Amino acid sequence: MAGDFDTDVLVLGGGPAGTWAALTAASGGARVVLADKGFCGSSGATAAAGTGVWYVPPDPAKRQAAMDSRDTLGGHLADPAWMARVLDRTWHGVNEIAAWGYPFPLDQDGAPRRNSLQGPEYMRLMRRRVKGAGVRIMDQAPALELLVDEHGAVAGAAGVYRQKDAAWTGRAKAVVIATGGCAFLSNGLGCNVLTGDGYLMAAEVGAEFSGMEFSNAYAIAPAFASVTKTLFYNWATFTAPSGAAIPGASSKGGRSVIARWLQRGAVYAQIDKADGATQATMRVAQPNFFLPFDRAGIDPFTQRFPVTLRLEGTVRGTGGLRIIDESCATSVPGLYAAGDAATRELICGGFTGGGSHNAAWAMSSGHWAGRGAADHARASGPVTRRAVHRSGGAALVGGGGFAMDPQALVRVVQSQVFPYETNYFRTGDRLEKALTVLDDHWHEARRASPAARSEASKAREAVAMLATARWMYRSALARSETRGMHRRLDHTGTDPTQRHAFASGGLDKVWVRPLPPVERAEQGLAA
Amino acid sequence: MIELVSTERCTECNICVQVCPMNVFDRVAGAAPVVARQNDCQTCFMCELYCPEDALYVSPHTTGIEPVDEHALADVLGSYRRAIGWSKPARHLRGNDRSYQLLPPA
Repeated sequence: MAGDFDTDVLVLGGGPAGTWAALTAASGGARVVLADKGFCGSSGATAAAGTGVWYVPPDPAKRQAAMDSRDTLGGHLADPAWMARVLDRTWHGVNEIAAWGYPFPLDQDGAPRRNSLQGPEYMRLMRRRVKGAGVRIMDQAPALELLVDEHGAVAGAAGVYRQKDAAWTGRAKAVVIATGGCAFLSNGLGCNVLTGDGYLMAAEVGAEFSGMEFSNAYAIAPAFASVTKTLFYNWATFTAPSGAAIPGASSKGGRSVIARWLQRGAVYAQIDKADGATQATMRVAQPNFFLPFDRAGIDPFTQRFPVTLRLEGTVRGTGGLRIIDESCATSVPGLYAAGDAATRELICGGFTGGGSHNAAWAMSSGHWAGRGAADHARASGPVTRRAVHRSGGAALVGGGGFAMDPQALVRVVQSQVFPYETNYFRTGDRLEKALTVLDDHWHEARRASPAARSEASKAREAVAMLATARWMYRSALARSETRGMHRRLDHTGTDPTQRHAFASGGLDKVWVRPLPPVERAEQGLAA
Repeated sequence: MIELVSTERCTECNICVQVCPMNVFDRVAGAAPVVARQNDCQTCFMCELYCPEDALYVSPHTTGIEPVDEHALADVLGSYRRAIGWSKPARHLRGNDRSYQLLPPA
């Protein structure tokens, strides 16, 4: 068939992690195909939003300070060896980007400053590099399911070209999942692309997750707009409708206060603590922050505007596919994971990777996953003609009888994951109640008839969000304590015996099990 | 959401159709692309950056259809592209990211 191909490494997702994976695999001599649901260069959170980068010079004291700075916030779950490894790889990766011509600014002393990446610029450059390395890019080509061989090893993927009403099937010796996290179509900047598609495909071949309880990151945005960039709210005052300042409300360390007030009514912000020079710097630093205000005729420095908190799920959370070794392999042979599709607990524990940690993780894990996949492909030898079968379930195969309504299913999932009273502030009772609804819909989705080709991508997105919500809430139930961003109103303390990650997985029956604690040399990073 | 494909400015290159990460545009033979799935627009503004003719306008509002007057937007069309240095007269702005002055130390 015209849509069929055969390759060494297939990368799913064309954001930072996917492009780094493709580049590294190709530079090792592998034949590489990269398939993106949208367009490699504009897809995902980074391209639209831009990001800080966890870029720290190789000075032992600075590196140690960088590692220590987030350890308490993350509930002491991060792995110091992985942090050190990511800091090192990120240093090299960012310097490579500079060598490729990324226009990093120079400070007043003429020194390059490399701890921030403008999204459009970064991802346009990455696309060019990927193309230049001989990678075949398939845009507007969402993968729908993985292919597996008779031993259960991953052997490719199948999907559709959504602008052509055509299907594709790609055999590969190894697959990298770099499809991002899941933000549940909450309208965060660039985040509606991120619907957990890769999680679903990976779970269908038996892959495991880790840290899915750390999935309730909420970002501040103007209530009317998509721009979920939170840095400048460090200079904001948050007020009630009356105009009175809200005690304790702040972007850092006081976001839950904002959530509490939003449960009762409107909350306003004004970036009133930035002086004239800072305002000017903000404008040239992050032009996209100002788009909503300029276009709506609001001066955010002198006028109040309504704000909301948009769920960013596992995009700014830290849960994702479990990594079993330094090559970013998952627990399934032939399957690798990178970026927000993979767990970031290794470097962030249970607290948000924010932009900068996630950016460092994307370039590092992408690099390692690409190399791991290429090595796996090389070691596999000429096996591409092995018998393979499709692994996709809900919305692709089904009982028949009734058609799934993806939009209605999305609304159901959102009704269970958006509310602050269920997801931001968690209790066992509310999680159980939400899981009853979600589980019922899962079993119904399994009985639905297969979606038509033109509807398949949207149907699979809805199913992926549904599945993601179930791993999230089962994991949140299992962690009967408060740690990192996971907040249990019925278990407000941190339980020293739960200083370990939880793995999860499964589809018809979702399971959760504790993982062994990270072994640490207890000097600088003790709890 | 995307509110305008200017038929006065559009040269039918269809780059927006290709680059939209949410696939909201449809190609039309011999004419400007149309916004076929407006509700899928995620208000990411990426199409504006890639449009070489500054023919697109994305309203900042994530919901609600909002008719716009193209001529009233003359100064706004292309403004994001200029701000990040992606239009020729503004090339010097590409390397102007001052975020390092605002980010907390790592």
